[in-house]
Amino acid sequence: MKIVAVTACPTGIAHTYMAAEALEVAAEEAGHTITVETQGSAGSTPLTESQLAEADAAIFAADVEVRDKERFAHLPLVAVGVKKAISGAPGLITQAEEAAANAPARAAAPASATSGGPAAPAGAKAPAGPGVASRVRAWLMTGVSFVIPFVAAGGLLIALGFALGGYQINLPDDAPLYEEILSGSFDAGSLTAWGALAFGIGSAAFSFLVPVLAGYIAYAMADRPALVPGFVGGAIAVTTGAGFLGGLVAGFVAGGLVMWIKTWRVPRALAGIMPVVVIPLLSSAVVGLLMYVVVGRPIAAATEGLTNWLNGLSGTNAVLLGLLLGLMMCFDMGGPVNKAAYTFAVAGLTTPSPTALTIMAAVMAAGMVPPLAMALATVVRGSLFTEVERENGRAAWLLGASFISEGAIPFAAADPFRVIPSIMAGGAVTGALSMAFGTTLRAPHGGLFVVPLMGNPLGFLAAVVIGTLVATALVLALKSFGRRRSADDVAGSVGDAPTEAAPTATTTAASTTAATTAASTTASTTASTTASTTASTTAGATA
Amino acid sequence: MTTDTALITVDLVDLDLPAADRATVVRALAQRLVAAGRVTDLDQFLADIEAREAQMPTGLEGGIGIPHCRSAAVTAPTLGFGRSAAGVDFGAEDGPADLVFLIAAPAGGGDEHMTVLAALARRLMRKNFKDTLRSATDPAEAADFIAKEVSA
Repeated sequence: MKIVAVTACPTGIAHTYMAAEALEVAAEEAGHTITVETQGSAGSTPLTESQLAEADAAIFAADVEVRDKERFAHLPLVAVGVKKAISGAPGLITQAEEAAANAPARAAAPASATSGGPAAPAGAKAPAGPGVASRVRAWLMTGVSFVIPFVAAGGLLIALGFALGGYQINLPDDAPLYEEILSGSFDAGSLTAWGALAFGIGSAAFSFLVPVLAGYIAYAMADRPALVPGFVGGAIAVTTGAGFLGGLVAGFVAGGLVMWIKTWRVPRALAGIMPVVVIPLLSSAVVGLLMYVVVGRPIAAATEGLTNWLNGLSGTNAVLLGLLLGLMMCFDMGGPVNKAAYTFAVAGLTTPSPTALTIMAAVMAAGMVPPLAMALATVVRGSLFTEVERENGRAAWLLGASFISEGAIPFAAADPFRVIPSIMAGGAVTGALSMAFGTTLRAPHGGLFVVPLMGNPLGFLAAVVIGTLVATALVLALKSFGRRRSADDVAGSVGDAPTEAAPTATTTAASTTAATTAASTTASTTASTTASTTASTTAGATA
Repeated sequence: MTTDTALITVDLVDLDLPAADRATVVRALAQRLVAAGRVTDLDQFLADIEAREAQMPTGLEGGIGIPHCRSAAVTAPTLGFGRSAAGVDFGAEDGPADLVFLIAAPAGGGDEHMTVLAALARRLMRKNFKDTLRSATDPAEAADFIAKEVSA
């Protein structure tokens, strides 16, 4: 039997090569031929077309994303973490033998590797019984892990902007910053100008947040062809104001759609251009249409409805109003509901009445709670969070302090049903308390940086602290409650690479190896018993 | 290969590591790398090692610990080798490590010099490589053996 394998580890200097050595020895002892591509720092010799075409099975032993894995689309695959190959290479060879034996007749398969063009990366993964939840979570985490650097870089730049320039840097009637810079009227001696610049750069980074989230969820589900519809759908979620929840929808729809398209039987002539032209084109059109019409319109209507409803609430009990606004601020961090509440508060500032100023204070206080609560939670019970989340938690302190609610998005996206209710409760408490304390504020943004401008700043701080404690306690309780189920995820995440999609491979491999010999979330093909139907359609698609 | 850039020299071998915890042992070996001019900033290097260790422990079954990192504080690919009679816990499932390989790689990747580290990593999987190092009686013998193996 002929086997091809890829080994890769985060540092790329040790485990990659140890795993390669172990696999080579084990394969030789079992009487097989193996070629290992070591994707490490000493450079890697790519597998040749003929090695790929002649192979009977593929092994991925990797803690980071395998590069160009479309090449393996036609092969039964065993995907595990890199340490598994070092400690148990003979077992992996056996698994590869079984995977090859269970694979459907693959007379058609080598054709795809020898056809010259890029093989259609067929690989819709049948969401097989027990693995579904952990797969969805792995997809989500891939998206989230790509978003975190954007949140940190953008958020901290925005915070820096406020620190330098105060809240004046983002007033709506300002001329666009780039006009100032291009026309040479940028005042290099003014802190406010530098603050505005930092704010502008940070905002640019933030504008990628939802598209990157959607794009990489889709990528995790269905590989490179799904990046385009994911990004496009995410960008439309931004345009239509659907926020990160809209982005989650876009990501999953795009990924699912591409998974499905990949199962189509297409003429051989078309197969070569499927991943680069046909799939991105078709899926973007469909996802875009859905995002505008099916998701966008109701959201626009809902936003308008919420705004009207809020405007009609004048005269309601102030504490109740604060509670409502707090709930809204923390529901979708930058999405339509949050925006309705925020816009309502900012609109009041133009006709400053004492009530409008208390509303602004309540809205800002509540909006600071989500990142602060998440930051606190990662400190109090770090074990309930993944390594990347803990890192994000460190940045979230400053993001929360600067009233950048988006700092909590990575947490909310990764675990919406536990995180969102918790921070909403905390935000509600904060909003209500801020109103009860009669805190006032005339700046629309700035977080702690504008505390000196407040009426009753101590009341404001107390409201924020109490709400943060409530949200933290709740999220820890909910996460501990669901702990038994997520124990696998936590174990799997030990091997997370800090910067990218490793959680995907590791988590899935850890939790599904037993049930399905070979199911890598993002891998292009599967050859387990549960997915054998998929495998046969796969062969068909590339024939 | 000149002595300046050899993967390992006799000064980088410690056959009698202090019986202590991982951090102490790594620091002891790292200090040898600093003394040999291979590492420019001890604290930075140790922090990078710790960061890698935090991702996933580097202990391997069979009594081996391979603390390693790519670091801006490293000037050339270097191996520090140590032996601990009592063993040091590197997080392997089957217990402490008696052979410790401190692998230091410069930050820039893809350098052809990195192949020497790849060769080393492959040797770590071979039983006779480990056996020889376990029975080596003096640092020069161990250093020569490793140098010969990775250049083969």
